[in-house]
Amino acid sequence: MKDWRYWLAEQRGTLLALGIFIVMFTIYTSNHPAGFTANVVQTAANKGVLLAFVAMAQTLVVITAGIDLSIGMIFLLTNCLASWLVVGTPMQTALGLIAVLVVGLLCGAINGAIVIYGRLQPIVATIATGAVYYGIGLLLRPFPGGSVNEDLADALTGRVFGVVPASLVVLAAIVLVIWVPFSRSVLGRAAYAAGSSETAAYMSGVPIRRGKFAAYTLAGLLAAIGGLFLTFFTYTGDAAYASGNAYTLFSIAAVVLGGVSLFGGKGSAIGAIFGALAFRTIGDLLFVFDFDPLWQPLFQGVILLVAVSLGAFALFRVRNRLEWFL
Amino acid sequence: MSETTPMVGKSNGGIASRMPKFLRRADPAVLTAFACIVLLLFLGSLYSRSFLSPEYLLQQLKVASFLGVIATGMMLVILLGQIDLSVPWSVAAGAMMACAAAAYGPAGVALAIPFGILCGVLIGVVNGIGVAYLRIPSMIITLATNAVAQGLMVVYTGGFSPQDSATGAMRYVATGFAIPGVPNAVIIWALIGAAMVFVLTRTGFGRIVYGIGNRERAAYLSGIDTRRVVMIAFAASGGLSAFGGVLLAGYASKAAQSMGDAYLLPSIAAVVLGGTSILGGRGSYLGTVAGVILITLLQSILSVMQMPEAGRQIIYGVVIVAMLLLYGRAPASR
Repeated sequence: MKDWRYWLAEQRGTLLALGIFIVMFTIYTSNHPAGFTANVVQTAANKGVLLAFVAMAQTLVVITAGIDLSIGMIFLLTNCLASWLVVGTPMQTALGLIAVLVVGLLCGAINGAIVIYGRLQPIVATIATGAVYYGIGLLLRPFPGGSVNEDLADALTGRVFGVVPASLVVLAAIVLVIWVPFSRSVLGRAAYAAGSSETAAYMSGVPIRRGKFAAYTLAGLLAAIGGLFLTFFTYTGDAAYASGNAYTLFSIAAVVLGGVSLFGGKGSAIGAIFGALAFRTIGDLLFVFDFDPLWQPLFQGVILLVAVSLGAFALFRVRNRLEWFL
Repeated sequence: MSETTPMVGKSNGGIASRMPKFLRRADPAVLTAFACIVLLLFLGSLYSRSFLSPEYLLQQLKVASFLGVIATGMMLVILLGQIDLSVPWSVAAGAMMACAAAAYGPAGVALAIPFGILCGVLIGVVNGIGVAYLRIPSMIITLATNAVAQGLMVVYTGGFSPQDSATGAMRYVATGFAIPGVPNAVIIWALIGAAMVFVLTRTGFGRIVYGIGNRERAAYLSGIDTRRVVMIAFAASGGLSAFGGVLLAGYASKAAQSMGDAYLLPSIAAVVLGGTSILGGRGSYLGTVAGVILITLLQSILSVMQMPEAGRQIIYGVVIVAMLLLYGRAPASR
């Protein structure tokens, strides 16, 4: 009896995000001219998965009570890099894939090293490293272009058995390979503990520095997987500043919708994934209702504003006014 | 940068007693920033003789004044221990709305500048309500209002650069010379800077700002309506960003879609490089002035060297991280 109630309380954010997503996706498909077909689902999945990877990356950092404003730029950088490296024979493609993932890991590790061992504020440090990553991306691709191994790209963005979008399968695999082991490991617990109360975690001998470092590093890796997928969808690399910024922003929106606390220590990447899918669906609702696409940025901005303001409801539960000023 | 570190040591060390009083009291970070300015000027003059000419320096000061106005608002918010990431579209909204007002007859032309600033203040008020009353982390709410402001501007302009051009008054404020030899933009920055110094050092409001930055709970328990102060600070920051946008629009004679993007990192960097603690409660406006000039000179040298955009971004980010590691680190937690 008690057990499942604890579980429910812990997963409330994730379940809420799942609920929002299901409702939104139902509205979306029922109003879509083509209806609920494999094609519609595949397109929606491909768009949603990009944001889902970036949102997962952001979750890892947000759990430690930090923030990574360079995540969109790592995403861009790895996209540009993949458009050079992930080509040729299967062997070359595989090496290219590994190289891109390693670069993502490195970017995340640099962020982590600067924030944790350099003791800089995550906001400023990651804005600055974001500028560096964007610069490198622009160096690699001053103009949109490049190519990618199209067999691989089509396989990963197509459908498995003709129904299930392959990108969703990859997303699920990544969750199983990266998120589940991490969140259950000592380092993952340390990341949560550091976000919840760094002092208490330190006093209890939790390896907070290693935990936080692992979180930042894995965030870079996940952003790189997102960048790879962007390359698979577009077949090109493009260092577009606005797009990098948009992904950073949307990742935060997805994290908030997914029930991850921005104060750290609470939430899960799975919630953020549903948050990302829900956010993308809400953004695309405009299209099925035939609104001018010009309204989309405003619409997404308002959703973000409303989503972050919902957190303010916690204020009503505050008994002591001093708790306002944490 | 290595030449500058002894200077930091001096102001703290034993030799300090022999130094003039103003040097002894100065923040080592501010001194480092000024030393870096001298170093940059020196490096620049090695590259090109005209680097030290008065015309060039005055031109740099004029360019710096746009960033200076924006960084003033950012500093106010950072002193509170918050941050304002809505700068890019506050700048653009201020510029676009001021230009747009000009299309509405003589009254619109006359009110263009105040209207632009008002739009920035509105963005700031939304930020302020979110941070002060709804207790949303400033970094998040300002990102959200930035997105909303962007959305509004995209809807308004149809996704293109707006066709309206800046009014004569805006151009005069940004590029004219009220005092021969001194660009108006520099005078404006000086006036805003003087006002900021007065507010921070001579008024109760300024003291409360520092107090909140140190510990908002303590300020609240002292009977101060901290939430109102935070809200006013954010409104001021939004207004100053928009005013910076108005000046930029006057400088370029029109507004552009992403004109504010280039001001977010520089404004934060200028404030932080000037020795203002990113955690709030500590910092002087003199440092921000130094930071603004430092950033502007760095940008100028990189463009004089015809560094492509990519290289500029990389150097820029590396320099900011390096300088922050030099003196912007948080105290060790144990």
